[in-house]
Amino acid sequence: MSMMKCMQNTRARRDLITYALVIAAFAVVCLLQANRMIPRMIAGQLVPICSYVVMALSLNLVVGVAGDLSLGHAGFMSVGAYTGIVAAMSLTEVVPDDGLRLVIAVIVGAASAALAGFVIGIPVLRLSGDYLAIVTLAFGEIIKEIVTCLIVGVDERGLHVLFNLTGSLSAGDLNLSEGGVAIIKGAQGASGVEVISTFVAGFLLVMVALVVVLNLVRSRTGRAIMAVRDNRIAAESVGISTTKYRMIAFVVSAALAGAAGALFGNGFSQLSATKFDFNTSILILVFVVLGGLGNMRGSIVAAVALTILPEALRQFSDYRMLVYAVVLILVMIVSNNDTVKGAVGRLKARFVSHGKEVGTDA
Amino acid sequence: MSSLTGKSFNPVMNRRSVIAGVAGLGACSLISGCSDGGSGADGGSGAPAFKIGSMGPLTGPAASYGTSVTGGAELGCKDFSTDELPLAFKAEDDVADGEKAVNAFNSLADWGMQALVGPTTTGCSLAVAQEAENAHLFMLTPSATAPDVTDGKTVVFRACYSDPAIGAHSAEWLAENFPNEKIATFHNAGDTYSAGVHDAFLEKAEELKLDIVDKETFKDDSATSFTNQLTKAKNAGATLIYAPIYYTPASVMLTNASDMGYDVKVMGCDGMDGILGVEGFDAALAEGLYLMTPFSADDPKNADFVTAYKEAYGETPDQFAADAYDSVHAVALALAEAGLGADADPAEVADALPEAMTKITVEGLTGTLTWNDKGEVEKETTVYVIEGGKYVPA
Repeated sequence: MSMMKCMQNTRARRDLITYALVIAAFAVVCLLQANRMIPRMIAGQLVPICSYVVMALSLNLVVGVAGDLSLGHAGFMSVGAYTGIVAAMSLTEVVPDDGLRLVIAVIVGAASAALAGFVIGIPVLRLSGDYLAIVTLAFGEIIKEIVTCLIVGVDERGLHVLFNLTGSLSAGDLNLSEGGVAIIKGAQGASGVEVISTFVAGFLLVMVALVVVLNLVRSRTGRAIMAVRDNRIAAESVGISTTKYRMIAFVVSAALAGAAGALFGNGFSQLSATKFDFNTSILILVFVVLGGLGNMRGSIVAAVALTILPEALRQFSDYRMLVYAVVLILVMIVSNNDTVKGAVGRLKARFVSHGKEVGTDA
Repeated sequence: MSSLTGKSFNPVMNRRSVIAGVAGLGACSLISGCSDGGSGADGGSGAPAFKIGSMGPLTGPAASYGTSVTGGAELGCKDFSTDELPLAFKAEDDVADGEKAVNAFNSLADWGMQALVGPTTTGCSLAVAQEAENAHLFMLTPSATAPDVTDGKTVVFRACYSDPAIGAHSAEWLAENFPNEKIATFHNAGDTYSAGVHDAFLEKAEELKLDIVDKETFKDDSATSFTNQLTKAKNAGATLIYAPIYYTPASVMLTNASDMGYDVKVMGCDGMDGILGVEGFDAALAEGLYLMTPFSADDPKNADFVTAYKEAYGETPDQFAADAYDSVHAVALALAEAGLGADADPAEVADALPEAMTKITVEGLTGTLTWNDKGEVEKETTVYVIEGGKYVPA
């Protein structure tokens, strides 16, 4: 009975379809992989794709649901990536199991990114609109610069951290003992990282992110966040603390971005801070805008499609970024074209009513 | 009622499903198109050829290094291709990004690559070396200098000196030739190669008691003017600047120094090879510049390669191209040494080549090359000084 009620609720049904689609996609990919039907090129991208999907979901929470334009999301990803790498590398001996170590790394990454999100949120969330966009952009760059200055190593005495402001220090200054490893070497980034991220872990993280985001959006808190987005004054007048709810969205989003970063960072043996520059933040924003603001399912599809697209376009060699850009423009125009929307709407209506008839028949 | 609510949600849903659908369809068609193209190329070539892949940044700010390496490797595949062992070549763009480099590697592996001559840049090589090791596919990087690239890997080799070797050799050369100069170092703190060479240089310089009076750095996003750093070096009394940096920032540095009227000796490393060809740079400013680089396009013994390269790509080859050419040479020799044919399985190649590489001697463009079992190359170091727009042995 309760299941029926649940199915009648359109929102719940949409959420369930989203979960089902992700699980189905995972099952199909696993099946294809087991039959060796996936080219290496796609197989190698599965972990980054999962990271980008989580990034898109988390940014959609800030941009789509809370209505705050953030241009520094890659900054949180880098915080998560580096803390995640440090956690995973320094626990190699204590936690020999790769899966468990990855879980710890993801949690550490999420927690540190959430902390960074909270600290940054205090000044940033006093602003809104264009101002907020510019300030988040600046903070993204600051995070990148700070990470560039970090030198981190580990030996049996524990973690050694140097802050290389002058640029004259190097990994040698950590004074590590014989068995010590330098994990992050300043601007050179992290290298020699053991690759422990797997597609299964990526899938699980996507599911966790979906559960967190969708449930947050459907909750009382989520409604408050959307009320603040839609009309700040009205929301304040009914006693909603605008800063508190925007902060909740911002911190949750930062935490998810950190988790995605930890997954991403532990999926490559080398990672430099320049990876998380302004371009990456914009790329994630493109996923969100293309997928539709506030539309989580759209974000997932857009993130997957736009990550694979440039690689699939390799046959165009030097022209591939041009083709990529043209495809992007076409998709944006077509998806906002009233005629096309109307045509698909009619198709959809026919399909839905047809489906209904079949449903009643059965 | 439920159908009513369903309808009211439809407009929102539609727009999104269109985007999703179009993007998905586009991606699907492109992927299928891509794989079709790949298999077509495989079936089309009648005689089996040994497939050598290469990669580097072919677009973006570092594109000149990637085009040099892939150009040199392509020329090498043409020249060392024999009837018994025909070589096929394919290059992919990695945009100097670790993630894209792994994608490029996988894409080449899908093509059927049996050995990799690449990647070009250090960051990408670090990421790809691990993949190559895991996939058990032989990799010989012509230009990645970080020690970590070959460290602890069995199938990864290198055809150039590592950072510590370049830095240490530079310090030794300076101690021998310019023991009394006051030295300032200038390096790109955001670049693995630059920082790696710099660190090794400092270590060796301390040991050899060179007089280091100043250490200056810059980062890629502030590489437009170095007047600040040069002023500091000048005030510290530096008479020689050791700058293990790439040629683009080096051209800025030399221009700034000339504008300031700062008359100082400059020494660079292999990354600075190519400075005479920088667009908008007055090559006269490079006069007297010392370069520790393994290759000179002005050397008569390299004339054939230089002519062929110029004919094919319209540019004078630099050490990146020469190292890549020598790398293909080494792979061809090692294959012959191991007795492998064009139809060898990539895993077979990866099994046999590491041992074969230690047995061969390549009389190449960049000197006489031999390898040890750690994957490191041995060749003589040469320092050139630029005089009259030409490299003259110093």
